[in-house]
Amino acid sequence: MSNKMEIKNFSFTYKKAKAPSLHQVTLPIKANKVTAIIGPSGCGKSTLLRSMNRIHDLYPGNKYEGEILLYHEEKQPQNILDIKKENEFIELRQKVGMVFQKPTPFPMSIFDNIAYGLRLTGLKNRYKLHEQVEKALRDVALWDEVKDRLHDDARGLSGGQQQRLCIARVIALKPDVLLFDEPTSALDPLSTLAIEEMIFELKKNYTITIVTHNMQQASRVSEYTAFMYLGNLVEYDTTETIFIRPNKKQTEDYITGKFG
Amino acid sequence: MDKLFQILTRISASLVFIILVATAVVLYLTAKPAIEEFGLGFVFDSRWAVTEILEKPAESPAGSSAIPASDSASDTGVRTVDTATPADEALVIDDIDSDDEFDDDIDTGEESDSNTREIYGGAVPIVGTIFSTLIAMIFSIPIAMGVAVFLSEIANEFTASIIGTAIELLAAIPSIIYGMWALFYFGPFIASIFGGSSVSLLVAGLVLGIMVLPFMAALSRDAINTTPNVLKESAYAMGATKFEVIKDVIFPYAKTGIIGSVIISLGRAMGETMAVAFVIGGIFKFAQKPTDATISVPVVLANNFAESSGMSMHALFYLSLILFLVSIFTIYLAKYFFLRKQS
Amino acid sequence: MRLWVNKVAIILSTATALLGLLFLGWILFTLVIKGVSSLSPYIFTHDLINNGIRNLLWGQFVLAGLASIIGIPVGILAGIYLQEYGNHTRYANFIRDLSDVMMSAPSIVVGTFIYAVIVVPVGHTNGWAGIAALFVMMLPIVVRTTDDMLSLVPIELREAGIAIGAPKYHVIFHIILKAAKVGIMTGLILAFARIMGETAPLLYTSGSSIYMSSGLSETYPSMTVSIYNLATMPSEELVGLAWAAALILTLVVLVLNLLGRFLIKDKRL
Repeated sequence: MSNKMEIKNFSFTYKKAKAPSLHQVTLPIKANKVTAIIGPSGCGKSTLLRSMNRIHDLYPGNKYEGEILLYHEEKQPQNILDIKKENEFIELRQKVGMVFQKPTPFPMSIFDNIAYGLRLTGLKNRYKLHEQVEKALRDVALWDEVKDRLHDDARGLSGGQQQRLCIARVIALKPDVLLFDEPTSALDPLSTLAIEEMIFELKKNYTITIVTHNMQQASRVSEYTAFMYLGNLVEYDTTETIFIRPNKKQTEDYITGKFG
Repeated sequence: MDKLFQILTRISASLVFIILVATAVVLYLTAKPAIEEFGLGFVFDSRWAVTEILEKPAESPAGSSAIPASDSASDTGVRTVDTATPADEALVIDDIDSDDEFDDDIDTGEESDSNTREIYGGAVPIVGTIFSTLIAMIFSIPIAMGVAVFLSEIANEFTASIIGTAIELLAAIPSIIYGMWALFYFGPFIASIFGGSSVSLLVAGLVLGIMVLPFMAALSRDAINTTPNVLKESAYAMGATKFEVIKDVIFPYAKTGIIGSVIISLGRAMGETMAVAFVIGGIFKFAQKPTDATISVPVVLANNFAESSGMSMHALFYLSLILFLVSIFTIYLAKYFFLRKQS
Repeated sequence: MRLWVNKVAIILSTATALLGLLFLGWILFTLVIKGVSSLSPYIFTHDLINNGIRNLLWGQFVLAGLASIIGIPVGILAGIYLQEYGNHTRYANFIRDLSDVMMSAPSIVVGTFIYAVIVVPVGHTNGWAGIAALFVMMLPIVVRTTDDMLSLVPIELREAGIAIGAPKYHVIFHIILKAAKVGIMTGLILAFARIMGETAPLLYTSGSSIYMSSGLSETYPSMTVSIYNLATMPSEELVGLAWAAALILTLVVLVLNLLGRFLIKDKRL
């Protein structure tokens, strides 16, 4: 079982904060598997996820320590914390895609929402563009719902549709890794189910990391689970182990609902 | 590419700072001969373009610019000269520029006839500005509060949106239109009630009041609308009448926002030119009663610029500088002490 | 007794609102009555030298238009800096505060400033000075509008754009500005309307010419300044012309305001 990413002794401190928000986190991200990160609010799970494509760098002044390795098929593994140049950031973010808590359709048509990222990579051919947009929409099971109104404003879609559109937008770029930051917490149960089914399909082709506060969701969709508490990684194992016979008392208390 | 763009945006933003500083510096430098000549006593001196015969002509060739305008101003006049010296050296190039333009008259004039000099004092327009603004505030505050309360608490949604839009349109009408309307209709109307001329301090103040009214009402309405509904509802639940809710709950809650809107309106009234230029009279005389004609600082600037040169031009810039600084101070006061939390 | 006080207060408050409407009605009524009686196709086809307002209308639009062509991009860039690059830094907050101050600075003072820096060196009033004065009036309005409207765009949209691998300036231009488009457009229209109606900053910067302009480096025709000059003329006909010009000016400004209002009502986000 190979790793796609590997977080090693990683600490993260927000700008002007006295204490780090993440302490010495070490966590492998297995290729073509779903890794769930669970824990109570404020445990640092989103902070960790947002470090994995360096989206934190939008706001200057944060401090990283340790290593986050990204394995490539042909090249040597790359420590993404070393990235400094603008074009390397862009490359990283196209390799490690991210889906946010709230749906974030861009203020443009459904088609352009997906084509936007593709055009950024230099794809200009109309035919190819259309082909890839269609493929991405089919992958998220949205094609049949929107094929007749591709040029309508994306903000007219329902919440669940918008979220699937955002996922389609990311996978159109064919990333290696997909990061989901509580992707269903703003959605109704039916839309949530649709997204979970989709994640199940997507893991055939992608390595997925999902942050969730919903433990049932973690147990349903993931193969590996990491439990975090107060900025520390408490326990990491297969989802089965974490949920059925966790090694640490803290994990057990959280899983059984004694706190959190 | 991104860096370049970022730098471009930063330069654009800095332009705001540059323009404001440039305004202050240019006004100061252009006003400097007048500041040196009249000192702070300028503010209290009611003479404008009065030729004074100097009491001790023997002293004047030595340094006429240091001689104060009047006895009362002598201390401040000298002090101003002192404090001005460092700036004088630092900005000497600009200074020469502006001096060349205006000073020809005064330099030659003074040297050839050193027994007399022109006196300029800003007291009349400054007092005129203070009183016209005061009248405007006395007139507009109660009405604006009434309108604001009506729009936010009394009218139903439909009426409020119609009247609210009308009030905001009233605020958008160019001030010269107010001035013209006042010259031909409102001024004579006021004169027919209160007597006196149709151009007077009173008319000017009232027009200013009408002009800032919609602005003040709209800002106060916004402040009132920030009162949380639960607060109002709990007062109603105790059996309070609408008036009591307004008086005891809404006004105390929205107080700072309302005061802020009044101060901003005051700043606007103070600096307004066109609405008053037609109707204040434009003469350099204190108004003995409200129905007399007088003048305000912006109107002095508007009316006298074209035919000014030399010291009268410097004096005008001195007035402009005073208006600029007082306005900035007023706005600062409103924004930072009263309106901060709202925005 | 309490109920009686309440009733009186409500009636008074309603009366003040009606009083406000009365003033609006009175001003518009006199404008329309006096203005319409002097309106004729003749005044739109002749310049002021021949008792028309063609050159004035043209001049006012050119001055305000050119001021906008410079002021809008600069103001938007500055607004972008405040919200997207410098946000919450002390410098950005400082510039934000200064824009508020500059927005409320007396317009006549802006006129004196431009007079000293442009008109005095040139030696006479000219179109460029008028444009510069209107630019100074407009800049802070555009800056703050852009700043405010961009602040309404959800932060997630920026992160999503960056997360897809777009460079920041690309995200700003293609996503953020688009999302804030309606609000910014409204602000720009209102800013343009505001400078269209300005008189004081133009009095001795552009001045006003009775001829069709011979270039921006000469004294330039301005409708507002001419209204000021014409209204106090002894000739009945010239005063009538001032009313006609005032009516046109007010219509332009009010229509622009209503347009801006209509846009923002239509907004969905």
